[in-house]
Amino acid sequence: MLILLAIGYCASALAPLLYKRFRENFGWITVTFPLFMFFGFLSRYPQIAAGEVIRESVPWVPSLGINASFLLDGLSLSFVLIITLIGAAVFLYAGAYMKRYAETGRFYVYIGIFMTSMLGLVLSDNMLLMFVFWELTGISSFLLIGFNHHKESSRKAALQALLVTGGGGLALLVGIILLYQVTGSFEISSFYDMNGVITAHVLYPAITVLVLTAAFTKSAQFPFHFWLPNAMEAPTPVSAYLHSATMVKAGVYLIARMNHEIGGTPLWQDTVLVTGASTMVLSALLAFKQTDLKKLLAYSTLSVLGTLVMLLGIGSKLAIKAFFIYLIAHSLYKGALFLVAGTLDHETGTRNAAKLGGLRKRMPLTTLTAALASLSMMGIIPLVGFIGKETVYKSILELEYWGMFLIAAAVLANAFVVMVTLFVGFKPFWGSTMETPRQPHEAPLKMLLGPALLAVLGLFFGLFPNFFMATMLEQSVLSILSETLSLKIAIWQGFNLVLLLSFVTLLIGGALYLIRSKMSEKVVRMTLPAFMKPSAWYEATLRGVLSFATVQTRLVQNGYLRNYIIVIVVTTVSLASLALYRSAGEIGIAPDFSITFYEGSLAFIILVSTLLLVNSRSRLKSIVALGALGFSIGIIFVIYGAPDLGLTTFAIETLNVILFVLVLYKLPGFLKLSRSSNRGRDAVIALSVGVLMTFTVLAASSFELSSELKQYFAETSVPEGKGRNVVNVILVDFRAIDTLGEITVLAVAALGVVALLNLRSDRGGR
Amino acid sequence: MYSIILATASRYLLLLLLIFSVFLLLRGHNEPGGGFVGGLVAAAAYALYFIANGIQAAKTVVRFDPIRIIAVGLLTAIASALPSFVAGERFMTAFWVDTGIPFIGKVGTPLLFDLGIYFLVLGITLCIIFSLAEEDRS
Repeated sequence: MLILLAIGYCASALAPLLYKRFRENFGWITVTFPLFMFFGFLSRYPQIAAGEVIRESVPWVPSLGINASFLLDGLSLSFVLIITLIGAAVFLYAGAYMKRYAETGRFYVYIGIFMTSMLGLVLSDNMLLMFVFWELTGISSFLLIGFNHHKESSRKAALQALLVTGGGGLALLVGIILLYQVTGSFEISSFYDMNGVITAHVLYPAITVLVLTAAFTKSAQFPFHFWLPNAMEAPTPVSAYLHSATMVKAGVYLIARMNHEIGGTPLWQDTVLVTGASTMVLSALLAFKQTDLKKLLAYSTLSVLGTLVMLLGIGSKLAIKAFFIYLIAHSLYKGALFLVAGTLDHETGTRNAAKLGGLRKRMPLTTLTAALASLSMMGIIPLVGFIGKETVYKSILELEYWGMFLIAAAVLANAFVVMVTLFVGFKPFWGSTMETPRQPHEAPLKMLLGPALLAVLGLFFGLFPNFFMATMLEQSVLSILSETLSLKIAIWQGFNLVLLLSFVTLLIGGALYLIRSKMSEKVVRMTLPAFMKPSAWYEATLRGVLSFATVQTRLVQNGYLRNYIIVIVVTTVSLASLALYRSAGEIGIAPDFSITFYEGSLAFIILVSTLLLVNSRSRLKSIVALGALGFSIGIIFVIYGAPDLGLTTFAIETLNVILFVLVLYKLPGFLKLSRSSNRGRDAVIALSVGVLMTFTVLAASSFELSSELKQYFAETSVPEGKGRNVVNVILVDFRAIDTLGEITVLAVAALGVVALLNLRSDRGGR
Repeated sequence: MYSIILATASRYLLLLLLIFSVFLLLRGHNEPGGGFVGGLVAAAAYALYFIANGIQAAKTVVRFDPIRIIAVGLLTAIASALPSFVAGERFMTAFWVDTGIPFIGKVGTPLLFDLGIYFLVLGITLCIIFSLAEEDRS
């Protein structure tokens, strides 16, 4: 599986090259990639159906317990097949749809990376590996939402999605680490039997909150739902793929995957149940005022995601069964409908549901696909959506405690979904013809095949539910609940309460559609007050962080070099002198005041040049004095037996003088001396540094250094380092990695200098 | 200010100083010297040439973009770590080849590493000097 994923990333990287060669037929070429994955994994179906679990593990960082370990069981196989199948439809579709865009090659890179990462996410057994893939899906989603990067709204939506899901990702990382503290392992399969240990642990509430935050942000649950409708800025194939069928299900997958390991407590179940149910209802209500086809679909997707989460929260056998069927049904019909919405946009030039009508004559095949998918979405017999909805209702009715309340909520939410379906799946095609910006005609084959395949599969699974789905269901439930349940899926269960509820749903949905069509735009435009919208909270937080950053930057990074130096120096002096003071008792300072002629004369030169440097009124004189100072220090190094250091000091001082001349050459003379108070302050700081250094040197020399290192280096330098210059051997051999790090920093600093200087000359040039 | 004496002298000095810088680089393993000082001396040589003949002439003499010299230096330093990778030893373990040729003797990856430092330091210093000099003219 590791190899398959590696192939996936390589193929994504190659996409732009291939695209340049095979522009026209590129859609057909790319579709081989998801299909290859699809059939590759489908070939494992017999093994999985027999109850086997396929594992693979390659050590990555074994000392930290991080392995590239993968696990293929019923649950992951179901997700893998959904991802690759819809991937195939979307890849083919994009071949035609993306023609209008520049940089289609780049689009395929992003979406290829996404598909591979998503596969990695559902296959990972190691939680940290899963986290890596989790973040990768978030990043590729960011790139795809912002694909129209010249549009501000696209960039904003992309950033919003990244921040919200990325924040959730961080929560997941902390949750994983806490989980590691409890279980001592990162492998999901290793804490399969540890539910009792984990739920009893004191960290359990924290783990639950963190993991669920991650899942809720990714799957756009209330109150994090707002990023998903905004993400509709992405090109339609992306919305169909990432933001309805796959990526947003990653959170649902996480809850399902962890359900057996850390679920089962009231905290977990109730949080999941309440969040899911409120998302289901609220987003359905919000769908009411939308007119954009994609936004309508986005809100209905939110509602379905809420339903899925709610079902996991209920957690009974029947609910898990409903979860699974609903998951598959939704992926199929929503993928198809999104692609149909994209086709409409592509062919007519508008996505406004109010402006579309009567297209059935011009686009007969698209009409048929849309109708098939819509029937499944509305839950009409004999499509798979019908089975899904029936099972959902049945599992809710089973509940004693919340049952009546939840069933009302579910019926209401589904009624709104029916309304959305009528707007998206039927209104554009039936009724009277309307004027559209572009002359509509039937979509090309590439754009028909994918959605049609998904829609027909919806019919197929409705007619033959036990053929394939039942087996997958049985194995998946095993992963979620670790209990076997062999429930046959039946499409017709006779006249009962559930069927009646289905009828009621359709009736309310139809009524809503009529009301909504008659309503004036003004009423629809009404919005909630800002403080009630989570998106407004997000905006406020973002603004707050930005303004805090501005204030903080102005305070800390004020752009005056002297202030930085003052801060650095004062901090160093105060901390170091504190340390010196603390250990004052242990230091026996015994200065040796005997002085040689050379030392004396050097000290004299240093003192004189320092005084000159400080008092000079000419810049050039100051520089020369500084140079003399530097050279004298270099000579001191030579006298005390550090020729290397002396040599380097000479070279550096020479260049220093040249650089200073270059900088100061064109500055005016000392027109305005700094104020005497400033000079006084600077003098105090400078003197304190001098005093501190003096005492430090005295203190250091009062210790007898009995370092083993000194001896070690002196002894091994020639035999191991092949050099007699110990300093140099240390630099380039013994501690070469340190040096490598230092020169890398130097190189980066040089680039920074060049960039800053060029920036200034650019500004001057304008 | 153009000084004909300095300009003429700098041509010979440039060569001499460059030879000296390479000498410093090569002897660094046994005597005081090394890539860092060598690079600085080489940069000083070019700086002298620049002071005497102006920025444009100095750029012509250097021939390469200083940023490229930085890159070459860094890559050379990193390349010296490759043999240890290939051999499966610990990262940056030194390798020596005894050429047997008189005056050259043993050649090893630390020398290559030092050469990298030489170029890097040369490149950085030139980079800063040239940038400042350009700034000066504009």
